This record gives sequence, C-alpha cells and structure tokens, in this order.
Amino acid sequence: MKQNNINRGFWIKLGLVPIGMFAFAFALVPLYNVFCNVTGLNGRGSNEQYIPSSKTDLDMNRRVTVSFLAAQSPGFPVKLYPKTKMMDVIPGKMYTIKYVAENHTANEVTGQAVHSVAPGEAAQYFKKVECFCFTRQMFKPGQVKEMPVSFIIQPALDKSVRDVTLSYNFFRIPDEKQNQGSQQLQQPGVLKGALKKMLNSSDSVQNKKKG
Amino acid sequence: MATTTSDVQIDIDAHDAHHGPEKGLLRWVKTTNHKDIGTLYLWFAFTMLLIGGAMAMVIRAELFQPGLQLVEPQFFNQMTTLHGLIMVFGAIMPAFVGLANWQIPLMIGAPDMALPRMNNWSFWILPFAGVMLLSTLFMKGGGPAFGWTFYAPLSTTFAPESTDFFIFAIHMLGFSSIMGAINIIATVMNMRAPDMKLMDMPLFVWTWLITAFLLIAAMPVLAGAVTMMLTDRNFGTSFFDAAGGGDPVMFQHIFWFFGHPEVYIMILPAFGVISQIIPTFARKPLFGYSSMVYATASIALLSFVVWAHHMFLTGMPIAGQMYFMYATIMISVPTGVKVFNWVTTMWRGSLTFETPMLWAIAFVILFTIGGFSGLMLGIAPADIQYHDTYFVVAHFHYVLVTGALFSIIAAVYYWLPKWCGRMYNEKLARIHFWWAVISVNVLFFPQHFLGLAGMPRRIPDYATQFADFNMISSIGGFAFGSSFLLLTYIIVSCIRSGEPIEDERVWESAKGLEWTVATPAPYHTFNEPPQKDKILSESSHVGAH
Ligand code: HEM
Ligand SMILES: [Cu+2]
Repeated sequence: MKQNNINRGFWIKLGLVPIGMFAFAFALVPLYNVFCNVTGLNGRGSNEQYIPSSKTDLDMNRRVTVSFLAAQSPGFPVKLYPKTKMMDVIPGKMYTIKYVAENHTANEVTGQAVHSVAPGEAAQYFKKVECFCFTRQMFKPGQVKEMPVSFIIQPALDKSVRDVTLSYNFFRIPDEKQNQGSQQLQQPGVLKGALKKMLNSSDSVQNKKKG
Repeated sequence: MATTTSDVQIDIDAHDAHHGPEKGLLRWVKTTNHKDIGTLYLWFAFTMLLIGGAMAMVIRAELFQPGLQLVEPQFFNQMTTLHGLIMVFGAIMPAFVGLANWQIPLMIGAPDMALPRMNNWSFWILPFAGVMLLSTLFMKGGGPAFGWTFYAPLSTTFAPESTDFFIFAIHMLGFSSIMGAINIIATVMNMRAPDMKLMDMPLFVWTWLITAFLLIAAMPVLAGAVTMMLTDRNFGTSFFDAAGGGDPVMFQHIFWFFGHPEVYIMILPAFGVISQIIPTFARKPLFGYSSMVYATASIALLSFVVWAHHMFLTGMPIAGQMYFMYATIMISVPTGVKVFNWVTTMWRGSLTFETPMLWAIAFVILFTIGGFSGLMLGIAPADIQYHDTYFVVAHFHYVLVTGALFSIIAAVYYWLPKWCGRMYNEKLARIHFWWAVISVNVLFFPQHFLGLAGMPRRIPDYATQFADFNMISSIGGFAFGSSFLLLTYIIVSCIRSGEPIEDERVWESAKGLEWTVATPAPYHTFNEPPQKDKILSESSHVGAH
C-alpha cells in the first residue's frame, strides 16, 4: 500500500506536464507573433511609421521591381485598387504611389487595412513612411478616396530578391458610437480583437460566416 | 468494485483463471484488470479499423475510374477526413495502448497497472468519443470534410456545424491518451520488479515508456489547437482569423508541433514489437540493445524540432527550409540504426518463419521503403514537387499501414496464443499474410508513381492520364480490405476453437517474463515479483537464446 502513495505523488507530477504543455500551446500564439514581427517572416513586418533619416544611402547598382496588389475580402464592400500596378525602385529612395477606394454602397463603411509583403524576407526591409494602413479609414457613401503610400526599400535587402509585392486587404470594423476614424490603430491583438468583436456582437456587420 | 490484487488468492494453475473475473457483461464495464482493459482496447481498435477500412473502400471505389461515379465530392471529403481521424485516433493508437496494457505488466513482472481505476476511465471515454466522431456524418451539413489535419480556416470559418462535436471528440480522445500515458509511465517507473533495472527492460517496454512521454507532451498541444478553434468558431476570438489579427498559418505550426511527434507516437511502439519478435525467431539476442534505447530516445527528442517539414510551401525563408530539411534528414540516422540492428539480429540466426516473423520481416522491408520516401519528402526543393500529391499518401501509408499496422498484426499473432491459450490456424494465417502483403503493395506502390506524375491528394476526380494506376491501386485496395475479413475469422476461430496450448513458452525460443506465466495467461499474474536471476535468464537482449 506504500506503493500506492508513491504512485499518487508521481501521478500528480506527471499530470503537471500535460497542463504545462496545454498552456504552452497558447503561449505559442504570442511567441509566434513576436517572432513574425521581429523577423518579418510571414510578410508581416511592423506596421509602424518609418521616419527616414536624412542621409540614407542609395544603392544605385540595382533596381527592385515592386508590384502593388489589393485583395477584396468578402464582406468588405469598398472596392480597392492601386493606381500604379508596378514600378522599378532604387533601394534607399522614397517613392509615393496611390491606392484608390470606391465606396459604392449607400452606407458609411469603416475598415482597417492589413498589409502583407512577399517574399517574407523582404518584409522587414519594406518601410512605410506614409500609409492608409496606419489608421482606420472611413468611407462615406459614394465616396472615391485616393490614399497615398510612401515607402522605402532599404538597401540592406538581400541582393537575391529582385521582385517584391505589397498587398493590402481591408477588413471591416464594426461601426462604433464615437468616430474613431483618425485614431491610431495597431493591428488588433488576438484577445483585444476578440473583446471588440464580442462587444459588438449585436451588430450585423460581422462578416464571419456562421451558420 | 475494484478488488485489490493482494486479497485475491493466486494460484499459478491455468484453470484458476476462470475464478478471477466477475461474471456477466458488467465485468467489462467495471473492470480494472490490465488484461481485461487490454482486451477492450484491442477490440475497440479492431472495430474502428473495420469502420475506417470501410471508408477507405468508398474512397478507392470512387477513384476506381476518373469522373464522379458513386459519391458526392462533399461526401468524398468527409470520407478521407474521417478515415484518417479514425485510423489514427481510433485504430492505431488504441491498439498500441491495448498491447501496452496486456504486455507491460507481464513483461516487467508487475501484478497490474499502477493506476487501475484511471485505466478503466481512459478506456471507457474512447467509445463515447468514437461514436460522437462518427455521429457527425449524420448531422446537418455533414461531418468534417477538411482533412484529418483540419487546417484553419477550412475548419473554422468554412466548416459545418458538426465541427463542434468533432472538437469535443478530439478533446475526449486526448484526455484518454494522456491518462493512458500517465498510467504507463507510472507503471514502468513504480511497478517494475524491484530487481529489474531500466536497462533490463525489454525493448517494447522502453519504446512505450518513451512514447508515453511523447504523448503527455504532444496531446495537450493538440487540445490547445482544437480549443482555439472552438473559441474562434463560437466565442469571437480570432486566433486563426486574419481579419481579427490572427493568422491561419499559425494553425499549421501548432498542429504540426503536435502532428510530427504524433507520427512517432504511432511508430515507436511498433519498433518495440518488432524488437521482441525478431530475436525469438532468429534465436539470437537482440543486437545493439542499448543503441536501440538511445536511438528511440533521440528520435523522440528530435521529433519536436522538425515539424515544419510539413510546411515547406507556406513561404518559409531559405534559412528555415534548410534547418527543417537537415533536422528532418537527421532523424533517419537513429531510424537507420534500428533497421540495421534488426537485420543484424537476423544475420546468421537460425531463422524460422512462423507467422509473426513473416509480418516482422515484412515490416522491416516495407517500413524502410516508407522511410526512403520520407527522406525524399524531407528534401525541401524536392518537396515543392511532391507536397500534397499522392506521393505523400504513399509515404505515410507505407510507414503507417505496412509499419504501424503490420506490427500490431504481428504482435497479435505473436501474443494471442499466450493470451487465450489457443493456437490460430497456421495455414490460414500464412494465406492471410501473403494475401495482405501482396495486395498492400498493389494498393500503395502505384501511388508513388501517381504522386510523382502530379496527382493531387484529397480529390474525388482526376485527369485521365492517372486512370491506369488508380485502377490498379483500387484493385489492390479491395483485395487488401477483404483480407481483414479473413483476419477476423482467424482471430475469432482461434479464440473460440483454436488448438489448446499447454506450454508456457508458446514459441520455442521466446524470451521474456511473459512466457514464464501459465498459458493462457491467468487473470492475476506476478503477485510475487520475479527474482534477478529469472529476469536475466529471460532477457531477450542478453545471454544466449
Ligand atoms: C525517415 C523518416 C521520415 C521522414 C524523413 C519523413 C518526412 C516526411 C515529410 C517531409 C512529410 C511531408 C510531406 C509533404 O506534405 O509534402 C511527411 C509526411 C508524413 N509522414 Fe513522414 N517522414 C518519416 C517517417 C514517418 C513515420 C515513421 C511516420 C509515421 C509512422 C510518418 C508519417 C507521416 C504522415 C502521416 C505524413 C502526412 C501528413 C499529412 O500531410 O497528412 N513519417 N513525412
Ligand atoms: Cu513529420
């Protein structure tokens, strides 16, 4: 019967392992995000404004071809497209292009653009000086809005990367009482986003398909 | 209810076995006896194997010809999904737990498992989880159709309602495996005969001990993944939803962090079984015992750091691809050590080819083919071509069917006579072996060619250039499927009316403590732990045979 006591203590210690690993699965979420943001893998990069220093070196020996894309996410009614489809850029130099958004609905729509850079290695060298993705955007009924994007590709980008693609996807943000259109908004964290969604769950604007 | 072993009078006499268990059906509900629970696990696994096999027959029938003939594409997808889930969680894993329950106490000289009541629990959760999983097929919107890997957003945003039942079933299966694993660790660590050192343990016990650690580390991560799915689906979180700041690729990382250790959970006990069978019929101790132990442990450790070889095409940077490629290929070193050790054990042995040995040899050859295709898939630039084609299907069926499943069949042929005290029909068993081993190759070998030619997996219809190999593969599939009817007959007739055996040592030169108890194995064994000299003389890896 002494045997049984040993077993019980052992049992409890062993039980801690699965509990710890279950917690670890959830810890992977922030770890994953930190990892992606730091390394720029997964095309995330940071969504912060970049202040160019006055004496950035130019890399005149090569050109990088940048393509611009816009994805239409289901449930977001505003049409988005770039005015420039593609351009060759000098690493280190700042360029400005424009995206156009057309709201053909009769409603006011608020959205947040999420950017993505391909290939993943380029994400951390693709710096945005100005971007409509820094803030939420509000579109009035019938409005056609031109939105500038200023960017620099840093010369540190690996030489093997000759083509870079920047794409945007707008996600609708449920309408809120106060107009927060100009408020700074980082990409919502998982839990923050969840909380927002729950608070707004009465709104019919959620685009997630749910039976 | 639970009788402690100490107050039961033990008699080594075989006939006394009938005085042990309670009478009637309730015996099976209330039992805490490791042999009863092992039997329950094995029958459950066998039932699931037949159900999952029936689904495979639907898949192969639809793929017999190009075009859509028999089932709707949506139903086809439900079949591939449930076939995979049922075979992995319903057949292979419970079958190995069943073998562990029967054999581990017998092989380490323990009277029972360390935590017998939890043992009862961990079994009885299973049928409920299995029924719940199967019941999704009859729900509105059908069962899960997103593949056994249930990638988000297919399993979150676009999944049928029944997915919540699928999630619950996975939670229960996970609970069951974790409890089973804790029990096995506690048994091996605390219940061993006092004179048995760790390095005296038979390899089956070692591989299961290491597998159990893999289970308690990996299954909770799976539980975490399905929990996140659950909250994404129902409580507005967005772990895997880009619109809310989540990321669907993260799902794949979490899934494969569980998934790759999982494939080793399904193969390490198989290594153990083969390491018991080959010495018996080669009449030589196992070659390289300690290298086997270390190889098993290093496979287990490495299995946690190679998961992204399933994700070479998710846009990983070159450095990541290189790392996961080399780490993956490194696993084949300890795996190769094992294969060489089995071959060396057979080398110059006095081989005989009884049915368990036939299956073990087939395992060594066919599992190695699966290892080779794994190596090819592990090469990142090559995987760009192979990923998500039938080549992957061929790979994992070689390692799982001709690997894990063959070892289970070998184990049943090897130990069944001990369990029930009767011999199966050797002639039928040989017919069964050749029938299965030929048909399984007709079934899966052409799938390599299909994959190399570019046929994608998980599709109900295909381009006509793939027609011939698919037809061959389907014919092999029907033949392999029907071989299980013969297996069912062989097992049932062995248990009911097989030739009775009196010998304790069923196989001439089998070594191991399990062969020192009476045949059939009495309900209670090893009330007195075996002594050191017996442990050593019964070792399958030291001394002469
Ligand atoms: C030499 C050892 C092995 C290597 C190098 C290896 C490598 C790989 C690679 C690279 C893949 C991903 C292929 C792709 O999706 O493109 C894969 C898939 C798979 N492997 Fe292995 N493998 C090995 C052994 C095993 C073993 C022993 C098992 C199980 C017992 C196993 C089970 C699987 C399964 C189930 C999949 C498919 C998962 C899915 O996508 O559904 N492998 N293997
Ligand atoms: Cu893997």
